[in-house]
Amino acid sequence: MMITLENVTKTFGTGAIALSDINLKIDKGEFVFLIGPSGSGKTTFLRLLTREMLPNAGSIVVNDVDLVKLPNNKVPELRRKIGVVFQDLKMLMDRTILENISLPLEMVNMDQKDAQVRIDEILEQVGIMDQKDKFPIQLSGGELQRAAIARALVFSPEILLADEPTGNLDPTTSWEIVKLLQDINKAGTTVVMATHNADIVNSLLKRTIALEKGKIVKDTKKSTKAQAPKSNK
Amino acid sequence: MAKTFRTSWNHIRRSPYQSFAAIFIMLQTFFVITLFAFIFVGSARIINYFESQPKVTIFFKDTAKQSDIDALESQLKATGKVSNMRFVSKEEAFKTYQQWNKDQPILLDLVTADVLPASLEIATTNIDDLSSIAQLVNASPIKDNVTYPKDVITNLVSWTNALRKIGIVVIAFLTLDAIFLMMIIIGIKVSHKRQEIEIMRLLSATNGYIRWPFLVEGVSYGVIGAVIGFITATSILLYASPFLASYLGDASLIPTQPEFLLLLFAGELFVAVLLGCLSSFLAVLRYLK
Repeated sequence: MMITLENVTKTFGTGAIALSDINLKIDKGEFVFLIGPSGSGKTTFLRLLTREMLPNAGSIVVNDVDLVKLPNNKVPELRRKIGVVFQDLKMLMDRTILENISLPLEMVNMDQKDAQVRIDEILEQVGIMDQKDKFPIQLSGGELQRAAIARALVFSPEILLADEPTGNLDPTTSWEIVKLLQDINKAGTTVVMATHNADIVNSLLKRTIALEKGKIVKDTKKSTKAQAPKSNK
Repeated sequence: MAKTFRTSWNHIRRSPYQSFAAIFIMLQTFFVITLFAFIFVGSARIINYFESQPKVTIFFKDTAKQSDIDALESQLKATGKVSNMRFVSKEEAFKTYQQWNKDQPILLDLVTADVLPASLEIATTNIDDLSSIAQLVNASPIKDNVTYPKDVITNLVSWTNALRKIGIVVIAFLTLDAIFLMMIIIGIKVSHKRQEIEIMRLLSATNGYIRWPFLVEGVSYGVIGAVIGFITATSILLYASPFLASYLGDASLIPTQPEFLLLLFAGELFVAVLLGCLSSFLAVLRYLK
């Protein structure tokens, strides 16, 4: 099992409940859509998986690592195994796309030649090789999303979390991004994508987890399993 | 590592006024530290010089017998306060007189060994015993005259002690100033980069990766300030040393020896690295919690 959440509850200091008693399992290699209205807990769910925050109750296990018990000095190691495409992209605006993408590799002191090879592979994969020397402000929304995906993939993570990667994109570009995420998933990476885009969710027929007011109100995997025995009878 | 230095250099270069303020406070601190180091060492040498000189000199009457002088010497030794004694006979005194006045034959013709008194030069182990020894020899019936530079030494010791206390207080205040100012300056820089730091942490940066450039920056301010402060203070000392040498009468009392200067410089660099590290570490610590 890649990701396991058991009885996870997260409340904020204001008393707002972000997630309430969440139980969930995501297998290796799955492609999961996380849907729900704004404030339903999608982003909190993703932030818990990268140890940006800790739950108030429950356990979160990612790749056999209990995130609640994970010491602070091991968090960077965890984050190298989980690529994240942030909702606001979090690109460093004073650095070029190449510098943004190579930043995580600098953090681990990767040899410059090896880093260059890896960056070229990634840029080729996401299709922005021509844009590498531009600054984020010079790129279109779709190109920026691709750059953010490239940065998230630079460590070849086993899990990719994408927080509304099509949020500000036109339908055509949105489909290009989803296609890219599908390709990444086909290569073996577990992908969890938070989205509002009903067209994409309905068209792809992937596992969908719906959140509302911090609770799971629908999980298509569970319902499929629940329906399966009935259909067999 | 090269990347860390490049990032630090960018931090310094991109906010020149803050960097200048940090270097300037370090420069002030190390300028004052260097000046007081010269004063501490110089004054210690001057006191040692006076302490090593015969401090009490008793000139004997012409009628004084050798046995009386020997008895006085024994009495002085018995006090346990005397570190050294030297008897100067009339003949030795005359030789010294001749040496001093070798260029003035008139003075040499006028004086013979009989005119000069025999004397005993007495050095004490502790400068505080000077008065009691002077009192003891003053009571001797064979003394003609007793001299000792009581006021010079007492004044010198009290001035030196006062200077040391002032120096320690001034250095302590300046050092604290430097640490706080550096913390504020580096804190502002860290605060400006808060968003970037947050992104780096989300991209798996360790605390060390984030902290190192700021530590290198703090150490750079410390080292640059120490080097300029040391060079400035040393230049002033070297410029003033001919005047000081003529005033003190002995150039070796002025701490301009290369060995001493190198040792002081190395010590200041060490302190500069410590100060830079400490202030940057504290500044960054607040943002890495």
